[in-house]
Amino acid sequence: MNIHEYQAKDIFRKYGIPIPPGEVATTPAEAEAIARKFGTTVVIKAQVHAGGRGKAGGVKLAKTPEDAKSIAAQIFKLTIKGLPVKRVLVTPAADIASEAYVGIIVDRASKRPVFMASPAGGIDIEEVAAKTPDKILRHPVDPRYGLQMYEAMQLAFFLYSDMKQVRATAKILMQLYKAFFENGGSLAEINPLVTTPAGEVVALDAKMVIDDNELDRRPDIAALRDESSEDPAEVEARKASLTFIKLDGNVGCIVNGAGLAMATMDLVKYYGGDPANFLDIGGSSNPEKVVAALRIITGDPNVKAILFNIFGGITRTDDVANGIVTAIKQNPLKVPLVIRLTGTNEEIAVKILKENGLSAMTDMDEAVKKAVALATGGKAA
Amino acid sequence: MSIFIDKNTRLLVQGITGRDGSFHAKQMLEYGTKVVGGVTPGKGGQKFEGTVPIFNTVAEAVKATGANATVIYVPPVFAADALMEAAAAGIPFIVGITEGVPVLDMTRVYPFVKERGSRLLGPNCPGLISPGESKVGIIPGRICISGPVGLVSRSGTLTYEVVYQMTRAKIGQTTCVGIGGDPINGTNFIDCLDAFEKDPKTEAVVMIGEIGGTDEQEAAKFVREKMKKPVVGFIAGQTAPPGRRMGHAGAIISGSAGTAAEKMQAFEENGVAVAKRPIDVVDLLKRAMR
Repeated sequence: MNIHEYQAKDIFRKYGIPIPPGEVATTPAEAEAIARKFGTTVVIKAQVHAGGRGKAGGVKLAKTPEDAKSIAAQIFKLTIKGLPVKRVLVTPAADIASEAYVGIIVDRASKRPVFMASPAGGIDIEEVAAKTPDKILRHPVDPRYGLQMYEAMQLAFFLYSDMKQVRATAKILMQLYKAFFENGGSLAEINPLVTTPAGEVVALDAKMVIDDNELDRRPDIAALRDESSEDPAEVEARKASLTFIKLDGNVGCIVNGAGLAMATMDLVKYYGGDPANFLDIGGSSNPEKVVAALRIITGDPNVKAILFNIFGGITRTDDVANGIVTAIKQNPLKVPLVIRLTGTNEEIAVKILKENGLSAMTDMDEAVKKAVALATGGKAA
Repeated sequence: MSIFIDKNTRLLVQGITGRDGSFHAKQMLEYGTKVVGGVTPGKGGQKFEGTVPIFNTVAEAVKATGANATVIYVPPVFAADALMEAAAAGIPFIVGITEGVPVLDMTRVYPFVKERGSRLLGPNCPGLISPGESKVGIIPGRICISGPVGLVSRSGTLTYEVVYQMTRAKIGQTTCVGIGGDPINGTNFIDCLDAFEKDPKTEAVVMIGEIGGTDEQEAAKFVREKMKKPVVGFIAGQTAPPGRRMGHAGAIISGSAGTAAEKMQAFEENGVAVAKRPIDVVDLLKRAMR
């Protein structure tokens, strides 16, 4: 789960990381009032779950409270990578002497949390990694002991030579590791970590991604979720315990299992169509999930045909059939439906569908071909 | 022959009285797996289905039954503890079915299990089956038949799909292994490829990967450098957008790394026959084993 910059900053502050003050505004007038309170030049930053906010015009300086109001008004009109701006962070502008990067992620290869530090801060770290890999120091941490001070010092010496700054940075790294570990992070990053002309080390930006698997045991973190910044269909899907990701095509896909769902999308493409979505109904298959899945898919006006691909293992295909029948009775479909199902209780499922004027196929390739043809008006392969 | 499990596997089920644990324990018993005991704290002394003894702790269960494998169905927040308990009790083969185990938990479980010399399969995996001998986990037994092909996969239902198509074409399996869809797992592709290469009954191997990480790329190199047996590969997620988690916690393209295209290219460059569709696995296997 992504959280906003201001939320990540609140967490980091709790752990003692030096972060300039800042307040969130949801209207231009609020932005103006906050700027007036700070009484200095402020930075107004769009709070959206997307990188490249600066390039998109979502981060701007305002010299006066009046400026803050008009600039905030402009930023509220933006959509950045498809996401509307509902909140801005207003924070006093800082004088910057140098910019660095520090971050921590869970690394798949070493199976550990790995710290990364780079004196080339303020820009995309992936770009630094690709172009100047020697400017990044990577350091895996043994999670059973946590980050040790000597390790934090090694990382800090990679960034600075001034002892005061090295010590301040090492402390920040210790605090960052704690914030990351105690809040179930899969990423925590400060970019840029800056030095001021007075020699202070300060975190100007903050980013944190939380492992979705942590949310059940961390209700306070789960409560940070901002549904207004997500696709409404994806929010509905999550509430129904479905995994749904919207895409741009016109063949709606409803599948059990993530791997099979991806393979189904790929096969739609292989036969000349375009998948409208990724949707995994998961292992257990109560009919209500199927009803919710159909409601979400039919809510997308691009969808011209719907394809079910169900391989019954734990999932009972008769449950899926019942869900389809219930959903269609509640809400008759306006687009053609292709059902492929095989596996557990297949005979019962086929009977249920037949009694309700529906039919099922058993072969995945044939079903995908048919769905693609229906979506494209019978023109594709 | 087979890898990791066979007729002599003596299995414990951790979480045997839970909804999933009890359902699949029954299925495994019906398949013929030697389920020698179950573990549910507080239910020690009872019997499952009137025959399988239940214990309070894994250590007790191992002592009483001589179990040499365990399968774990406990809920996500308790899974790390259950995995560590199994390793501490000295069980050499541990299968974690549970989906949703926090990744930071796994960063501590992995070294703990490894240092005790146990092999962990999963978590978030369907388990494995050696057709006709033993099944551990949730793979439906009836879609598998015994034969000469080893299969290893990061997926559940996609594995069933491919196995089903192989079985329809009368190509049987030595062992089908699901390594799971999480970013940190105990057993990777290379571990399974290595075991299949050494298994005298396995003549060819199918490897089913997906987007995210570099496991498949490294496995492809292993095929070229260390394997004589032919390998057929399939990658799911060619149409997946970057930066989105596609159901499995580990199925995510980070930046430009971990794409299906990159993995398929690694397969091709290292002599792994690439199936464009799941059904193509069958033809490629027939050609490879001719």
